[in-house]
Amino acid sequence: MLKVRVMPTLLFKEMGLVKGIGFDSWRRVGSAMQAVKVYNMREVDELIFLDITATSKQQRPDFALVDDLADECFMPLTVGGGIRTLDDAQKLLRVGADKIAINTAAVEIPELITQISERFGAQCVVVSIDARCHPDGRYEVFTHSGTTATGREPVQLAQEAERRGAGEILLTSIDRDGTMTGYDLMLIRQVSDAVSIPVIASGGAGSYEHMAQALHEGNAAAVAAASIFHFTQQTPLEAKQYLHEQGFKVRL
Amino acid sequence: MKKVAIIDYGMGNIDSVGRAIEECGGQPILTDQLKDIAAATHLILPGVGSFCDGITNIKERHLDEILHEQVFQHQIPFLGICLGMQLLAEVGKEGDTTTGLGWIEGEVCRLEATVEDTRIPHIGWNEVLITRESPLFSHIPSGQDFYFVHSYHLRCRNVDNILAYTPYCGQFVSALNRDWIFGTQFHPEKSQKAGFQVLKNFLAL
Repeated sequence: MLKVRVMPTLLFKEMGLVKGIGFDSWRRVGSAMQAVKVYNMREVDELIFLDITATSKQQRPDFALVDDLADECFMPLTVGGGIRTLDDAQKLLRVGADKIAINTAAVEIPELITQISERFGAQCVVVSIDARCHPDGRYEVFTHSGTTATGREPVQLAQEAERRGAGEILLTSIDRDGTMTGYDLMLIRQVSDAVSIPVIASGGAGSYEHMAQALHEGNAAAVAAASIFHFTQQTPLEAKQYLHEQGFKVRL
Repeated sequence: MKKVAIIDYGMGNIDSVGRAIEECGGQPILTDQLKDIAAATHLILPGVGSFCDGITNIKERHLDEILHEQVFQHQIPFLGICLGMQLLAEVGKEGDTTTGLGWIEGEVCRLEATVEDTRIPHIGWNEVLITRESPLFSHIPSGQDFYFVHSYHLRCRNVDNILAYTPYCGQFVSALNRDWIFGTQFHPEKSQKAGFQVLKNFLAL
């Protein structure tokens, strides 16, 4: 049986790893290479590495950095940030990324989803969706690391992404990001029920129980988390032990 | 030192396969050149992506002929990973029907969702249930988890070629073998210790 995945997220900004709250108030949390080595040693299920300033600074992905990180990463690696062309995707895959995450480009140049999917297969295209909840309960997609409103709804964008050939959705609640108060279960459930590709829940994990909620109530296929692993003693392995006790299938 | 030619035909994450081979004590060379392939003690065909693009790229580089000669005339051990395994089939039914390398009797079809397994692609860790003893799975218990990321699978017509199944969308063939030709639908290079054991077993052939 397919196991649920627990995936640490590494956010990269100007030479190092950071973690913020609500896509803001960034704190430095160490070097990317060091984190990759530690997670590799601990045999985590999968890693997500996102360069959160590349798009805003109109930079291409840092291929040399990804090359170095991937050389130490003997687990699946999803790389995002600054990807605008098929060539960017090809280069990242070549240097060792297994999956390509596109966020801003998924809204601005959605045909890129189709291009990458047709060339390298749906399984390597992750469409990353960052959403905020408005006071009236309506969700809106934001791009450029959460700074630019799009007027788009996450459910509709996720469905379009699936139609265009995405293999997975990485769904992040900007409101919950870094708060460690739990995932936005409503958001995750809405999107997860609207598509038939796997949805990775992201934003808000503060305890193992939150992860179980995202999987059970949110119907997510996997959970991503950052702060909980950076700022508390909790680990991906313990998370999976907890999930196992709760009856989820995990890889221990 | 085992010289491992990792076939570079423009399809995906070949660098990680090279790094994993290094870690497993082999000497990898990423190549599409006859002289490198002819000098290799082991051949790996990696790859992710579409069957049609994959086979087109292979034929453009005349790799079908080069690999056929090395494997069938010189009996060089061969491992196909993911798309590299699927390309061994006679035909691929991804979009249009495409002719494959034809080393393994069977066809490549899309996974079909079941009541229990609704999400495709099949992405993540899943168990590999070994059906036949093989040096490829030496020191690996049946039921070990490996990493998968795919939407298609190879339906073997000759059951003697099947080494292992994985339960998803019913069940599909996750490892196969014919003589010194091996294939894994999972990614040993991304499956940490268990994956490295598979690669070490392959290098020991």
